[in-house]
Amino acid sequence: MYTFTQRLKIITYVLMGLGLIGLTIGFLNAPSTVAEAQAMVADAHGGHGGDHGDDHTATGHNDYHADDSHAVDYAGDQAGESTHADDHGGAHDEHLLHQLQNKPWAALYVAAFFFFMIALGTLAFYAIQRAAQAGWPILLYRVMEGITAYLVPGSIIIYVFLVLTGLHANHLFVWMDVETVAHDEIIQGKVGYLNVPFFLLRAAIYLIGWNLYRYLSRRLSLAQDNALVGDIRNHKLNFRISAGFLVFFFVTESMMSWDWIMSLDPHWFSTLFGWYVLASMLVTAVTVIALIAIYLKSKGYLPKVNNSHLHDLAKFMFGFSIFWTYLWFSQFMLIWYSNIPEEVTYFLTRIDDYNLPFFGMIAMNFLFPLLILMSSDYKRSNWIIVMAGIVIVLGHYIDIYNMIMPATVGDQWFIGWAEMGGFLFFAGLFMFVVFRAISKAPLEASGDPFVGESERFVY
Amino acid sequence: MSSKIVNAVYDDDDTLLHAVKDIKKAEYRIEEVFTPFPVHGLDHAMGLASTRIAITAFMYGVLGFAVAITMINYIMIVDWPMNIGGKPSFSFMENLPAFVPVIFEMTIFFAAHLMVITFYLRSRLWPFKKAENPMSETTDDKFLMQVALSGDEKKLISLLKNTGAIDVSIHENQDA
Repeated sequence: MYTFTQRLKIITYVLMGLGLIGLTIGFLNAPSTVAEAQAMVADAHGGHGGDHGDDHTATGHNDYHADDSHAVDYAGDQAGESTHADDHGGAHDEHLLHQLQNKPWAALYVAAFFFFMIALGTLAFYAIQRAAQAGWPILLYRVMEGITAYLVPGSIIIYVFLVLTGLHANHLFVWMDVETVAHDEIIQGKVGYLNVPFFLLRAAIYLIGWNLYRYLSRRLSLAQDNALVGDIRNHKLNFRISAGFLVFFFVTESMMSWDWIMSLDPHWFSTLFGWYVLASMLVTAVTVIALIAIYLKSKGYLPKVNNSHLHDLAKFMFGFSIFWTYLWFSQFMLIWYSNIPEEVTYFLTRIDDYNLPFFGMIAMNFLFPLLILMSSDYKRSNWIIVMAGIVIVLGHYIDIYNMIMPATVGDQWFIGWAEMGGFLFFAGLFMFVVFRAISKAPLEASGDPFVGESERFVY
Repeated sequence: MSSKIVNAVYDDDDTLLHAVKDIKKAEYRIEEVFTPFPVHGLDHAMGLASTRIAITAFMYGVLGFAVAITMINYIMIVDWPMNIGGKPSFSFMENLPAFVPVIFEMTIFFAAHLMVITFYLRSRLWPFKKAENPMSETTDDKFLMQVALSGDEKKLISLLKNTGAIDVSIHENQDA
């Protein structure tokens, strides 16, 4: 049995405390009037000097926007235009205000979704191992179940957030704004799907379904430990519900990514977006499993987990990193060369306004793991897995940031109080929930029929 | 190297794997093992050094990557610039996304083909080469272990029989 040490508990409290302070400052600093917003932007530009100004004036994408008559109405929210120029009209200043007001909300959403996604990805990975009747990961099941414990608080936070958004506490989702939709034919065509009641109903269905599986599977997994020798009914039932869950999950995960992320840019669509989010989810989840397993092993727990288990996790980190890149590139290249205004603006805003995070994440999520995790020996080395793991986790945080921020704050992004606070708060909450759940049950799923295979596992 | 070798034939891969471990433990020298398919863990049991082909694969991949970049830069930028999707056609970097699939495929192509050729050369395999395996059944359903004869002949034969060999025979070592 793992004991959640007082020291680690204090660390999680400190993280949550610092996070709350950051978020509070972020929300308090958000402007409430147009004048304040303009003052903030003027200050920021003065402070940053020449480079920054040049970046913002280089708006090569305006050519594309000129063709895109549909997009003009919400282009401000979409970050399509450079809002800082003085000669723009009052409408743009209004957009600037909305972007800056959105910023702490969007930062909160990025962090809340990112840590929720780790728990959800782990749940999917766990269900795949269950449904495949895999022998190797049995010794890691309790670690995975610990991580998926975050699903419950994560779901509640996300759902409350979506309800607040539906009640217009913020303006993250453009299609929720009646005034915008009235002037936008493209969104009008999507109202049957993109409307607040249906949106919240769908979210509730996804979240209830995932949490139900998590609850049942965890209960069966624990019950199997106490079952008589040879009685594997719990295991068999767990296998069946895992297979059923996977069918439900892959459909709802795709829809979740359309609803919660893709609809931030309601004109834009990508048919492989669900896969892309899934790849991000799985690679982060496997990385976090590896990091927590290494941490527990360094504290003397998980004595039977050997470096072959870590080797397998590292192979998944490597493989899913390449899978993520494959999907990222497939999405990018087709849209880039087809050059359809509604679609290509998505990447133009990212290349123009988010150049560093957009291309930086390719280095973090692809080049670095590709080169460092290629060697078989390196995949067995704890400190290389930890180093690669930290880069992958941060890289995928930036990935989620790139998915959400351009649509909500446009070119007004920077890593400020709310972003850091959100990350720290949810990191603290995540660690608190996960380690508390890991301490609740024996670390070895000793009743599992495959546990012997996992103990003897040698690659 | 001794002048005589003992050929022990097995009909099961698990039996063979255990036999290899037992023979190693008794400190005999295993010259070679012939199997109809790769037996998982056999290289480890025989104490063979781990393969270095992965390192060559990486180098071939890098070579393919370099060749692909040189090739496509010459074809698409230097020699005859082509307009792809209205994107600037006189710059390699700005056209890079269109070239990624080609560069990727060339990297795989070089790594895969050169790796196979390296493997053949290293294993001394070439067309029309005379088969080296002492018994043609080792390409069907039998496993053969060659042990260098040292010390007491009868002791080794009984040890091999005990490990589950279905046939044991002594031969002159042709390579010696």
